[in-house]
Amino acid sequence: MRNRTTTPYVLVLPAWIWLALFFVVPIGGMLSLSLTTGNVVTGFQQTFEVGNYVTAVSTYWEQILRSLFYGACATLLCIAVGYPMAYWIAFRAGPHKSTYLLLILLPFFVSFVLRTISWRFLLADNGVVLGSLKSVGLVPADLQLLNSAPAVVMGLAYNFLPFMVLPIYAVLERMDPRLVEAAHDLYAGRFQAFVRVILPVSLPGVFAGVLMTFIPTSADYVNASVLGGTHNTMIGNVIQTQYLVNNNYPIAASITFVLMGLLLAGIFSYARALGTERVMEVHT
Amino acid sequence: MNHPSRAHLNPALLRGLTRARRTGPGLPALPGLSRRRTLQAGGAAAAALALSACGVGGQQRDPEADADYWADKEETGSLRWANWPLYMDPERTQLAQFKESTGTDVEYHEDVQEAASFFGQIQPKLANGDDIGYDLMTLPNGFEFSKLVELGYVVQLDHARLPNFAEHAGEVYKNSAYDPGNKYSVPYTSGITGIAYNADYVDREITSIADLWDTAFEGKVGMFADPQEIANFGLLLNGVDPADSTREDWEAAAEKLREQRESGVVRAYYDQDFIQPLTNGDLWLTMAWSGDIYQQNAEEGTNLKFVIPEEGATLWTDNLLIPFTSRAPVDAIKLMDFLYDPEIATGLTEYISYIPPVPNAQEVMAEWADAEDDGERAEALRELAESNLVFPEESDYQRLHNYVALETDQQDEFSSIFQAITQS
Amino acid sequence: MSVRLGTEPPSAPPPPPARLGGTGRTRGPRRRIDWGRYYTWLVLAWLFTPIVFMVAFSFNDPAGKHNITWQGFTFKWYANAFAHPTLNEAMFNSVSIALLSMLIAGALGSLLGLALGRFSFRGKQLTNLVMFSAISAPEVVLGAALLSTFLMMNVTTGYWTTVVAHVMFCVSFVAITVRARVITLDPALEEAARDLGAGPFTTFRLVTLPMLFPAIMAGGLLAFALSIDDYIITTFVSGDVTTFPLWVWGATRVGIPPQVNVMGTLLFGVGLIMAVVNVVMANRRR
Repeated sequence: MRNRTTTPYVLVLPAWIWLALFFVVPIGGMLSLSLTTGNVVTGFQQTFEVGNYVTAVSTYWEQILRSLFYGACATLLCIAVGYPMAYWIAFRAGPHKSTYLLLILLPFFVSFVLRTISWRFLLADNGVVLGSLKSVGLVPADLQLLNSAPAVVMGLAYNFLPFMVLPIYAVLERMDPRLVEAAHDLYAGRFQAFVRVILPVSLPGVFAGVLMTFIPTSADYVNASVLGGTHNTMIGNVIQTQYLVNNNYPIAASITFVLMGLLLAGIFSYARALGTERVMEVHT
Repeated sequence: MNHPSRAHLNPALLRGLTRARRTGPGLPALPGLSRRRTLQAGGAAAAALALSACGVGGQQRDPEADADYWADKEETGSLRWANWPLYMDPERTQLAQFKESTGTDVEYHEDVQEAASFFGQIQPKLANGDDIGYDLMTLPNGFEFSKLVELGYVVQLDHARLPNFAEHAGEVYKNSAYDPGNKYSVPYTSGITGIAYNADYVDREITSIADLWDTAFEGKVGMFADPQEIANFGLLLNGVDPADSTREDWEAAAEKLREQRESGVVRAYYDQDFIQPLTNGDLWLTMAWSGDIYQQNAEEGTNLKFVIPEEGATLWTDNLLIPFTSRAPVDAIKLMDFLYDPEIATGLTEYISYIPPVPNAQEVMAEWADAEDDGERAEALRELAESNLVFPEESDYQRLHNYVALETDQQDEFSSIFQAITQS
Repeated sequence: MSVRLGTEPPSAPPPPPARLGGTGRTRGPRRRIDWGRYYTWLVLAWLFTPIVFMVAFSFNDPAGKHNITWQGFTFKWYANAFAHPTLNEAMFNSVSIALLSMLIAGALGSLLGLALGRFSFRGKQLTNLVMFSAISAPEVVLGAALLSTFLMMNVTTGYWTTVVAHVMFCVSFVAITVRARVITLDPALEEAARDLGAGPFTTFRLVTLPMLFPAIMAGGLLAFALSIDDYIITTFVSGDVTTFPLWVWGATRVGIPPQVNVMGTLLFGVGLIMAVVNVVMANRRR
């Protein structure tokens, strides 16, 4: 094609400009800020203070690891819950596919404040869920769900489920059903057909879903602050507090870059493990 | 929110790297050199890096600039006020009364949702000397308040223009630790941080802070996440007046609070949403603000008790402040004073149900109740007038303490000690 | 299947509907229970549970400012749903900002996703890096950094800076969704179209775009949901513009008025109506 070499640049240019102006420039400023010392009253001086990073890691390593762990749990939960759903919608929902997609996203149109307030209702010690289970003796009377790690992970999975379902759906939907039928013919089993044909083809969707759930859940702070209790603080809460309450921008920025670095390293090694050419590149 | 930004991607810096530093006494003059060094670092973010690399020198304003601040200020006939949501009835009755009495229009914004984030939004603009969009704002006594004062971003009040305040403000509100002599602020409304408990679950009378440490209430105790709030309770438990506390006191208090957390008695550290768990039994007893408990009982008939513990409690206030960039300071100070008219203060209190800084409002409210034909409203007014959560007695005030007022560098130390407890 | 979305490439005619897997040849034509449907509805029930409570409490009749315990049934909040003018304004801002973000981020993100999925070009890895960074940066840092940038550019924060910020954090989500689909597409289809004489734009419009549509729609919906729900970044860059989440969050301090539930319910209702219309149209088309 005439414009074969310029086409990709034309396509990416608008987004590049947008991201450069409104992401790279601001975040570059943040990076520089992470190396400063001072406070909000005296100002922050650029001293190339690498010690901020040492402080960030040594003080908050526990919250960092916990965040990655919660994020991973929530992501796995999203895959477990979301994949079958995406599969069914893509292959079996017939003409109502877009309706189902809309339904999945509908709860997110009302504010997260309202959703989380509702969750606190539902998960209360004597609330609708635990109250009824307790009254029939299925769970111990002093069981607390709210303000615990499982509640936080559930909240994370709840809030990010659509980000797993939609990309998997978008990939599966495209799949030629005859491919699946052929697989059935050849392997003569639904499970085999799934593992050998459908799953490999859907991996880019799963990868996209993991990106969009693992990364934001690990950096989340809302769920931990609303559904968490003691010893459930995530690193997002720490960053939030350092920033807003303490105005300790250098430390907040340092933690941010430690977190981003860990997440990116994780994502790229995960991509490598899956086979970069499959998920990150395409040969034309 | 706060703007680091301001700090570093400061427009003033862009414009010749002079303005921001101009007023900062004794700040190192750095820029040129470090800027060059950073540019050499290259990279996509070079421009931004360069800016921030200059360091951000003092953003403090020279307080002397305010010496004759009021001399050339005139009325404009309108002002913009940033207040908290639901801090005035939806009809904005008091603003209509203000308009009627003075002819001044008030553009009312419910834009203060959190002190810290509000500070973050306005600080960069103030540092730059820009209009923040408000001529008057309501902020709690707290670290943000001290920072604004320390930075010189709020106007010193001209008390000659505040006759109502002089006449009607309660003594407690004229002698606060955070703003002695009301140099920069007057209270808008106020409340007590004490202990609330749900008598449906707690079968004994709660009287002291030590009850919050009782393992009989395992997993059912709520504490505040705010470093100052939670520190105050640790300090009071140790018999220390928060306003006079030292670093050693803080560490001792933190130790007590850590024991409390590790004993499993604390369910969670709350920001401002403790009412629902207290009502439904997730919490049995908790640190609490007086007004919330009063409202909940009055409106929903719940059986919540609020106590000022024997060790003491703290009094907080939301205050009216004028930013130095205000375009209508005369109108703003006029409104401040207007809100101290006992009739007006009473009307506000009827809606907010926190403690008004005008003790006279209690009498006015009782008069209103007597004169009211609508039985339901009369009853509500009477209850308010008789509540010592809304109008504390003198003996209650005796047990109320101010928060410790700290300079910025001490704030960091203080916060990190107590955030290690709440952000476990 | 896929009638509604019109997603099949021209070369792949729609397969016989609803057969897939349901009647595997080895199992005979016996009609099987569609467990997937029950499962999907179970998950939807989970997603909708908190909404049920929100809707229920829009009919609650609390005596005071804290709408948290059930006190009795009333329609009065619907009668004066718009009693808080600032809340109405906030709602309007939220919806219009979300729509704009959806459109702009949808367009930019789709192009980006297409390029990333289809082409090799210089800067591709860097682009990936930037995109992943953009979704991994904590919102508070992004918000703060953006505000500084706007100040630096001497831009007054307000409605449009909010749109700009929302688009920024939505673009990556759209691009990732679209790219995942592009990767699974067969480029031969486009080449065939070109061989048949279609110009690049015609090929894009008639071949590429329809194939990408489900992913673009999915990405757009994600962008809408992200935007309408955002709180933190918005607090930094919205200036004196208030959005629905901002208003509600501020109100939690003193008690959320039932009108908030009413607004949420109305918004939810609009979504439900859209879903119903969708069902009706799909049925008719079939």
